Amino acid sequence: MDHECARLLPAVCAVLADPRQPVADDTCLEKLLDWFKTVTEAESSLLLLQENPCLLELLSHVPTLQDVSAGVLSFSLRLAGIFAAQEDCFQYLQVELLPGLFGAAGPLSRAVWAVPTVRSGWIQGLRSLAQHPSALHFLADHGAVDTVFSLQGDASLFVASAAGQLLVHILALSMGGRAEGHTCPQGDDWPTCAQKIVGHIEESLCSTDTSRVTQALNVLTTTFGRCQSPWTEVLWEQLSPLVARLLERDPVPAPHPLVDLLLCVARSPVLGSSDLGPWEMTAQALSRLGPTQAGPLALGVLKLHLCPQALRTQAFGVLLQPLACVLKATTQAPGLPGLLDGTSEDSVVADALLSSKSSCVGLLCRTLAHLEELQPLPQHPSPWPQVPLLRAVVTILRLCDGSAVPASSVGGCLCGTLAGCVRVQRAALDFLGTLSQGMGPQEQVTQVFAILLEYLERPDSSPMVLKKAFQATLRWLLSSARTPGCSGLGPHAVLFLPELFPVLQKRLCSPCWEVRDSALEFLTQLSRHWGGQADFRHVLLESEVPELTQQLLQDPESYVRASAVTAMGELSSRGLHATPTSPEQPEVQQSLLPEFLHILSADSEGFPRRAVMQVFTEWLRGGHADVARDTERFMATVLQVVSRDLDWEVRAQGLELALVFLGQTLGQPGPHCPYTVTLPKAAPPSPLTEVLGALCRVRLFEFAFRALFDCDRPVAQKSCDLLLFLRDKTAPYGSPWEAGGSPDSASVEAALQRWQAGEQGQPLGDLEPEAMLATLRSIDLEGLRGTLAQGSDHVEKSPQSLLRDMLATVGILQENQADCY
Amino acid sequence: MKLYCLSGHPTLPCNVLKFKSTTIMLDCGLDMTSTLNFLPLPLVQSPRLSNLPGWSLKDGNAFLDKELKECSGHVFVDSVPEFCLPETELIDLSTVDVILISNYHCMMALPYITEHTGFSGTVYATEPTVQIGRLLMEELVNFIERVPKAQSASLWKNKDIQRLLPSPLKDAVEVSTWRRCYTMQEVNSALSKIQLVGYSQKIELFGAVQVTPLSSGYALGSSNWIIQSHYEKVSYVSGSSLLTTHPQPMDQASLKNSDVLVLTGLTQIPTANPDGMVGEFCSNLALTVRNGGNVLVPCYPSGVIYDLLECLYQYIDSAGLSSVPLYFISPVANSSLEFSQIFAEWLCHNKQSKVYLPEPPFPHAELIQTNKLKHYPSIHGDFSNDFRQPCVVFTGHPSLRFGDVVHFMELWGKSSLNTVIFTEPDFSYLEALAPYQPLAMKCIYCPIDTRLNFIQVSKLLKEVQPLHVVCPEQYTQPPPAQSHRTDLVIDCQPPATSYRRAEVLTLPFKRRYERIEIMPELADSLVPMEIKPGISLATVSAVLHTKDNKHVLQPPPRPAQPTSGKKRKRVSDDVPDCKVLKPLLSGSIPVEQFVQTLEKHGFSDIKVEDTAKGHIVLLQEAETLIQIEEDSTHIICDNDEMLRVRLRDLVLKFLQKF
Repeated sequence: MDHECARLLPAVCAVLADPRQPVADDTCLEKLLDWFKTVTEAESSLLLLQENPCLLELLSHVPTLQDVSAGVLSFSLRLAGIFAAQEDCFQYLQVELLPGLFGAAGPLSRAVWAVPTVRSGWIQGLRSLAQHPSALHFLADHGAVDTVFSLQGDASLFVASAAGQLLVHILALSMGGRAEGHTCPQGDDWPTCAQKIVGHIEESLCSTDTSRVTQALNVLTTTFGRCQSPWTEVLWEQLSPLVARLLERDPVPAPHPLVDLLLCVARSPVLGSSDLGPWEMTAQALSRLGPTQAGPLALGVLKLHLCPQALRTQAFGVLLQPLACVLKATTQAPGLPGLLDGTSEDSVVADALLSSKSSCVGLLCRTLAHLEELQPLPQHPSPWPQVPLLRAVVTILRLCDGSAVPASSVGGCLCGTLAGCVRVQRAALDFLGTLSQGMGPQEQVTQVFAILLEYLERPDSSPMVLKKAFQATLRWLLSSARTPGCSGLGPHAVLFLPELFPVLQKRLCSPCWEVRDSALEFLTQLSRHWGGQADFRHVLLESEVPELTQQLLQDPESYVRASAVTAMGELSSRGLHATPTSPEQPEVQQSLLPEFLHILSADSEGFPRRAVMQVFTEWLRGGHADVARDTERFMATVLQVVSRDLDWEVRAQGLELALVFLGQTLGQPGPHCPYTVTLPKAAPPSPLTEVLGALCRVRLFEFAFRALFDCDRPVAQKSCDLLLFLRDKTAPYGSPWEAGGSPDSASVEAALQRWQAGEQGQPLGDLEPEAMLATLRSIDLEGLRGTLAQGSDHVEKSPQSLLRDMLATVGILQENQADCY
Repeated sequence: MKLYCLSGHPTLPCNVLKFKSTTIMLDCGLDMTSTLNFLPLPLVQSPRLSNLPGWSLKDGNAFLDKELKECSGHVFVDSVPEFCLPETELIDLSTVDVILISNYHCMMALPYITEHTGFSGTVYATEPTVQIGRLLMEELVNFIERVPKAQSASLWKNKDIQRLLPSPLKDAVEVSTWRRCYTMQEVNSALSKIQLVGYSQKIELFGAVQVTPLSSGYALGSSNWIIQSHYEKVSYVSGSSLLTTHPQPMDQASLKNSDVLVLTGLTQIPTANPDGMVGEFCSNLALTVRNGGNVLVPCYPSGVIYDLLECLYQYIDSAGLSSVPLYFISPVANSSLEFSQIFAEWLCHNKQSKVYLPEPPFPHAELIQTNKLKHYPSIHGDFSNDFRQPCVVFTGHPSLRFGDVVHFMELWGKSSLNTVIFTEPDFSYLEALAPYQPLAMKCIYCPIDTRLNFIQVSKLLKEVQPLHVVCPEQYTQPPPAQSHRTDLVIDCQPPATSYRRAEVLTLPFKRRYERIEIMPELADSLVPMEIKPGISLATVSAVLHTKDNKHVLQPPPRPAQPTSGKKRKRVSDDVPDCKVLKPLLSGSIPVEQFVQTLEKHGFSDIKVEDTAKGHIVLLQEAETLIQIEEDSTHIICDNDEMLRVRLRDLVLKFLQKF
């Protein structure tokens, strides 16, 4: 602890110990604890207490106060715990202080115990303190474990949860000495404290009170999740019969914590691979629990890397059950192969859930989400039932739009419940998109495209559903083009695109901005992937989509304008924004550059301007014709506009653009860009003087220097990086000019100082590269980078500042009193 | 209570309720789908329509060729269009006391009822309903009268001949009741019988029932009605909406605790969501106009058009279409646009508050001011000078059989650049288009029906909890085209009672109570006696006087003076005799105590038997039975009157008298 802090500490302790000076802000107590934690990690707690007697005074004084605030009491409990974590300090405090805080005579017996913060502080204090065997004795002597047992059922969830965690910690600590290497003793030989806790868990597991069962299961789950020592195996061996018995009860108590426990045991390297593995019990749980609870268990089982095949099959069956029921409820012709052949009696339960309005939607959404999570995993079930799954999802989507015909009473209910249900539509479209990885037979893919088109066309599709439909369509289109043996777009896409574009056109005209936005995003993605495909280009140019997209650059909604900018940028890069301006020259495209520059300088919202900058950066990287025609002029114009922008992201994007330009002019390839392959390479490196001349002409130096003192830190950092890059690049060429040598560089430095002082008005004027380079070398960029990396609040974060603030709020500091008037 | 169902059309209802000696007609909608069987009436001579071939029977018999013409593979009646009236024979309509109108679409048959059936009652409706209803009728009469047609076809209606005709003429129902349109004179006369009412206004009908209109949220001035007596409440829900459009929101709370709720006028397109349809409307409009095509919107002159114009007001600028002219052509276009702006008190809160700024509540005022929206009474006159293409035209009639829309269908139908967008849900768009086939023009169907859908209805019914629901039969089964959509029916407990055209329903609830007033002096004379804590009883002897459905208890006349003269004596003869009343008894007999009392009085050998209804006390020696039941006690003994009286007095000791 530094001297300044040690000086301030007594005053702070006095404030805390004075009930007439309430601490208004709890967060400063938290910060104080954090600070003490870091201090005790570096120094001896005992020394600290001895050097700062005020701390000990505080800790011994607070529990005796009658009207102490709950926050300060809780703070003291936690602070004492932090100090007592070191065994020598624990011994020092054990005699008087600790019993007064954590023993029966402490807050436990007082009215203030009713405040959850105090109980929470008590638990956290013990949690910090319990680090050594002496602490175990202390806990035993003061009956703390019994109190923790009772706190497991506390009304405050935070307290209850912390109590459970503490039990796990105490158990692990008491078993700690025997953890490694030794053969593990049987339960009867365990330390008393551990036996007591295990006994309590056993009792709770046998209880008819569900909340007690839940507590026990949670403690076990945490224990097995945290400790991988051999003793956990003994513990599981001892307790698993009790857990198994829970599964025999009807209804099964606490199904969710039980599922968590089973999965935790299955994942544990110690337990999962042993003979005592939870497989049998998991299998039983899968059959005993309803589809709603068994779903997460089944998903967890299928995600395991090591697991008996029979169990995996059973789990997958559970997961597929609801979809199998949907198929059964809508299949007119019997004999069609379903998801699950040989339907079990379980389907009765699933059917009942699907027939109920309240449970049906939740069950289907969860099932679809689980399968979606499972599909991309390498350990997903194989063979994957792609065909029936596709059929099931398409059926669900048809039920949602009211076009599926039910074949049973369950089907009738499904029809009524799902018609127009946005949640299920979203989940189903997400899953359908995921299924695109596996494709499917010709006929089914046609069906998929048909239902997607229907969803894109439906006037009733909500904007969110439409967005999902666009995403799923994109995934299916891209997958269909990847089919082996298929060149170009693939037969499905070629047939689908002419139908898709009229719909896209309509969606671009939608009065709902979310719809226009997702249609534009879809178009951008599609062009990015297929901009070079002749079939795609043909259909796109035949349609009015490019024209409509350009129109949307003037959209009243800024998000749409931004998306339109991105889309037009992409189309233009691919030569696809074909709006022949004159009939004589149909091939000549009207340049978008002026329009984009106008948006950059005039749009009142940040999003479109950011989008323009991203497009410009892409264009520069890709050597877009509009940019390549006169890159210097382009850069000069853009940097000039951007330097005045109020949005820091635009300014940062301007630096990104400058970096790409630097990379190109200094002959260094910029960051990897996937589109550069077919485009003209950047010009070969020119002599340094020429390059520097160019940089001066586009006023890149001025832009970067100005950004160095930007009020937004990310901009300044980025500029710093850019200038460092520039300095490194120019260093090998040697420097004929000395820093500060020329009158020009003096004026630059003067300007920099003004900017640093916050005067942003004056430009630098035309200056020689020499002066710029000299200035560049004179600035302590490394130092600046260090300062910027510290964060703007590093001063305020210091412990001195914290202590001062605490004193200032109660008006103790002399200078502050003087400051008041 | 009876309900006579005169119309089979669920959204154009006409029902008569007989309730407590009043006869109340609920709406009189006019089913205009019959006009789809007729040829369109072109405003401008159409060579195509005037040279259609006559239709002849399979055997070549051409006697109907003057009346029926073949057009695009369909057969149409070449005559003045006719409308299908509500049933007029089911009940004598001259006995109808009042007609309650719920919205302007549901009053189109009014002149047929008020002018030709001997109706002599009163019609109740809100002011916007009457004013806009008048506009609709005026437009209809104008559309039909300005294209005079000499011919009126009737031969085909002969039942034997109709059987031989192709569909849909063969299947047309009630053709004998089809009538030509009324005249403006009849309209005026009918409207003069209307009395204006405001929301929540209570109107007494003959002292028997009270009727009250409530806001229904569907259209300007649209209402649901409450018909109630002191102890019964019937709600009539017709054409209601829970969406936020221009009218005042629906008043649901007042519908609570109804004995019977008659539910009509739900959405005709339960699967379409109005928001989605408006989006569809805008997108298709923009695409067409952008390509240089024209957009035709067949519509009524009031209602959804206000919302569409408001939507376009916001949309056209963003879609870069502000230079495209919007035309609204109707004989009543001007009045409709202006009326909408003055009914501030009938508008939704949002629009009402604009009036105080002051600003016009609807933005179409601004569209007119900036010349973006222009309105004309007809295509003749100024319109032909101002007409610029591409444009958007709103005009009637949505059936495409008469009105200026016929002209535009003929004019624009041949080009695939143009689009007709159907927004009114009343007519099947395919049938409406039948006489214009083959058609190159694009057709978009986006029906906008803001009335309640089945999900909203089930929520409403859960909320207001009526004891019985009565509705058209169409609402109790899924739509024929979507028979698997079992969710598209009214779902309530007990199941709704359904009706169809020409059916008479006896409503499943009985009147049990009537309110009677007591004159103050009579009330003064009563001496209540508390028989249980909180319950006092008194006997009343009075004369019940009933007049104008009001019942009053008056004090009985004093006994006649013995010395009165001849005349007086005759008066007192009329007065009912006032007999001396026996006291009434109340209370119950505790058997055990009764037996003890009997024993005390010397009866022995007493046996008590329990029966289903009470007890029998057997006095074996005296061969006497005392049967004690909940509401009667019998003493059965063999001609021993003395014994009976003794026993009776013992029984009476346990009872209270008053």
